[in-house]
Amino acid sequence: SMLTKRIIPCLDVKEGRVVKGTSFVELKDAGDPVELASLYDAEGADELVFLDISASFEGRKTMLEIVKKTAETITIPFTVGGGINSLEDIKNVLRAGADKVSLNTAAVKNPELIKEAAEKFGNQCIVVAIDAKYNAQKDMYEVYTHGGRNIADFDVIEWAKKVESLGAGEILLTSMDQDGHKEGYDLKLLDLVCSNVSIPVIASGGAGKKEDFYDAFTKTNTDACLAASIFHYQETTIKKIKEYLKNEGVMIRWE
Amino acid sequence: MIGIIDYGMGNIFSLQAALNRLNVKNELVFAVDKLDDYKALMLPGVGAFKDAMINLEKLGLDKALVEWTTKGKPLLGICLGMQLFFEISREYGNTKGLGLIPGTIEKIPARVKIPHIGWNKLNIENNHPIFKDLNQGYVYFVHSYFAKMPRDLILAQAPYGVEIPAIVAKNNIVGMQFHPEKSGQTGLKLLENWIQSVNA
Repeated sequence: SMLTKRIIPCLDVKEGRVVKGTSFVELKDAGDPVELASLYDAEGADELVFLDISASFEGRKTMLEIVKKTAETITIPFTVGGGINSLEDIKNVLRAGADKVSLNTAAVKNPELIKEAAEKFGNQCIVVAIDAKYNAQKDMYEVYTHGGRNIADFDVIEWAKKVESLGAGEILLTSMDQDGHKEGYDLKLLDLVCSNVSIPVIASGGAGKKEDFYDAFTKTNTDACLAASIFHYQETTIKKIKEYLKNEGVMIRWE
Repeated sequence: MIGIIDYGMGNIFSLQAALNRLNVKNELVFAVDKLDDYKALMLPGVGAFKDAMINLEKLGLDKALVEWTTKGKPLLGICLGMQLFFEISREYGNTKGLGLIPGTIEKIPARVKIPHIGWNKLNIENNHPIFKDLNQGYVYFVHSYFAKMPRDLILAQAPYGVEIPAIVAKNNIVGMQFHPEKSGQTGLKLLENWIQSVNA
């Protein structure tokens, strides 16, 4: 196969502004999502994810405007997640120009939504985001919802297999243990999920240096690596990470 | 002027955005009697093959597109749009396609991850004006089915377990299995070259 491994920057958007990446001071507009999306596209990002963490109705409406402008501007696919609860929400985001939506809490609460969405819009555009945390006592990874506040009553393997069977096109797998620590992706978790499903898996949580991407791609069957804060600092760019991976023999897209 | 067929199957917005970026005049079209206003047509699409055929039939576009190509007019199919060019799809039973290109649409054999999602290298099999000045060839795929078809009609393939026909052509009909409108500069170049090759 000549399918390349994907590098996916994630932008957290709140009330129309990117909220992570406070050190973007050297850019013209530090927190403009469309501008950042465009920059990442130019730097060689393979895809983008917008996570809408708006708390208000106005914020969500603004998100649709951002999606529209982004679709007009960038040349790569992008996913929108956060607060998507219904077929109507999915339709609105896709109509605005997003290529995929990511479902999380809503999918756990109502797994049938995955099926209905996959049938209506095609499984290629339904990403299910899974937040997982290791429980040492039970020696298993548990699934969490509501941004990590609530625990679901099944383990990550069970849930991953279920979302696949319901028609999810991809799994966006976040390690709650590694998230924010910059000590590398949770390879054990990635391996566990990758070996139990046959749909693509996107790793999330823990990227701190270029070697972390290499490890995820070479030690597990991970298809894509998502990262947020690592790209928001000037010393590391997508280009540098891709150049490193390319030199190490990982198949990546290089223009 | 290019007409983009709007039949309720997916993300037309991005294709329009790509054409706008190339400064190519374009409009959405779904009415059969309007087709002659256009120099060339694009048939995009994501989703299920059967739904797509039903939608085309409802609008009378199935017959109109066959007639269009019989006159030798240019047609570009993208993703599901390309798959509709073939005779039969095996997605959820057998569904008849437009039959413009010989071959069938089959599920990708399960020894690789399905859907086939991501950037795949293009291997050029037959020369064509759409490859003019193309520097490299990574393009973005999202699909679970592929065309089983005569080799001589394949312009480029993408190895993914099997050889996926990525760009196919027969006379003035060209199909792309990937999304050129989502494939960075390479995708834009391919669209631009197609537009130039058909003089639209």
